[in-house]
Amino acid sequence: MAADQVARTVTRIAHEIVERHRTLDDVALVGIRTRGVPIARRLSAVLHDITSATVPTGVLDITLYRDDLMRHPVGPQPILRKTEIEFSIDDRRILLVDDVLYTGRTIRAALDALIDFGRPRQIQLAVLVDRGHREFPIKADYVGKNVPTSESEFVEVHVTELDEKDEVILGEKSL
Amino acid sequence: MTELDRKDLLGLEGMSAEEIELFLDTTASFKEISERTVKKVPALRGKTIVNLFFEPSTRTRASFEIAAKRLGADTISISGEGSSLSKGESLVDTLNTLSAMRPDVIVMRHSASGAPQFLSRFLSTPIINAGDGQHEHPTQALLDAMTILEHRSSLEGLRAAIIGDIGHSRVARSNIHLLAKFGAELVLCGPATMLPRPLAELAPRISLTHSIEEAVSGADVIMMLRVQLERQNVLNFPKNEYFQFYGLRLEHLRLAHPDAIVMHPGPINRGREISSEVADFPRSVILNQVENGVTARMAVLERVCGQSS
Repeated sequence: MAADQVARTVTRIAHEIVERHRTLDDVALVGIRTRGVPIARRLSAVLHDITSATVPTGVLDITLYRDDLMRHPVGPQPILRKTEIEFSIDDRRILLVDDVLYTGRTIRAALDALIDFGRPRQIQLAVLVDRGHREFPIKADYVGKNVPTSESEFVEVHVTELDEKDEVILGEKSL
Repeated sequence: MTELDRKDLLGLEGMSAEEIELFLDTTASFKEISERTVKKVPALRGKTIVNLFFEPSTRTRASFEIAAKRLGADTISISGEGSSLSKGESLVDTLNTLSAMRPDVIVMRHSASGAPQFLSRFLSTPIINAGDGQHEHPTQALLDAMTILEHRSSLEGLRAAIIGDIGHSRVARSNIHLLAKFGAELVLCGPATMLPRPLAELAPRISLTHSIEEAVSGADVIMMLRVQLERQNVLNFPKNEYFQFYGLRLEHLRLAHPDAIVMHPGPINRGREISSEVADFPRSVILNQVENGVTARMAVLERVCGQSS
């Protein structure tokens, strides 16, 4: 997926969000670190362009909620960064945003993390890429692109904010 | 570097600046947890942490316990007086007994310098040193560094004055190691009986002085220490005379950097090493230190406990 496709996909998801919500007044975006964050910010910008509504955007770090922290005796511990949700999530409709939906474990952790901040009225999920292979009963409400993959492949989303350019890469894992 | 390459946290002397940064880098993340309505994350769920304090402690012990609970761990606290040590059991046997109950970490404080280092050779359970005699108090130095970094962008080139009973102070030793590793300049100050000369050899860029005025001149950070009468046989300590020569008062602060912060590891003795006005003064960060104590201990427990056995 090239840069212009990434941009069009984000715009399309934003339109779908507008379509499904009568008002954006009670909606907030929460990006999951790392690459869900720039995507959430872009969605917020596009939503502003379409409706001129300002949708608050937060950042969620799920490191302390992961279920695999203790399972890799030799792997490095993930680097912990800060969660920044500066608004109350109580009674809001929260749109959780991530780059790739795979096993669903990240989303499971994100739901736990989010609920520790309050009681949102609703939580929806938006992802740029859904690559299948779920291990949990989790489904995205907004999907940029469904990419059928095998478990031996990897999907990587690159964004200009953190990487050199916008792109989605599908490749074979090297062993 | 993302991984702590050691089982225990015994002291900062042998650690690299890079390793110490592993703890300092996560300050904001752990601090944020303490600011939430629900102050708990499941990072250490199912882990058991034993707090073993053979010396009296309020803040360190409460701080470790709160830190462990905010990370979702189960904790038990044991104090020296009520333990089987008073029934004649040796320290190694007590620790082996506790270790057999399979805790994931033992946090310990002991009045003998080197006690946790000694025990770590016998135990497979990771040990975190919460203060050993006059040797080290690593988590105190970490929380002090976190507190300084909330007021300054870097530790490099800072002038830090440490004033008081330095000879008996494990807090001073850990702080000296940490600050020196990050390139701070250190001035140690106290009466000759509390300022052994070999302290100047602990790290580069250390100077010693007996004059509090000289120590605070141009200082960015002023760390005051309590006189540890429990570690010395002094009858009738000349409290007023000590305050006159080594107590920090408002007039001293005019000599320091205009934004200088005043620190104290607690417990403070007003009118002995610090005047009440200074203790309650706006740039006194004593309570921020206590707050950061929880943050620092969360960072340490997560790193030490998070490595799989």
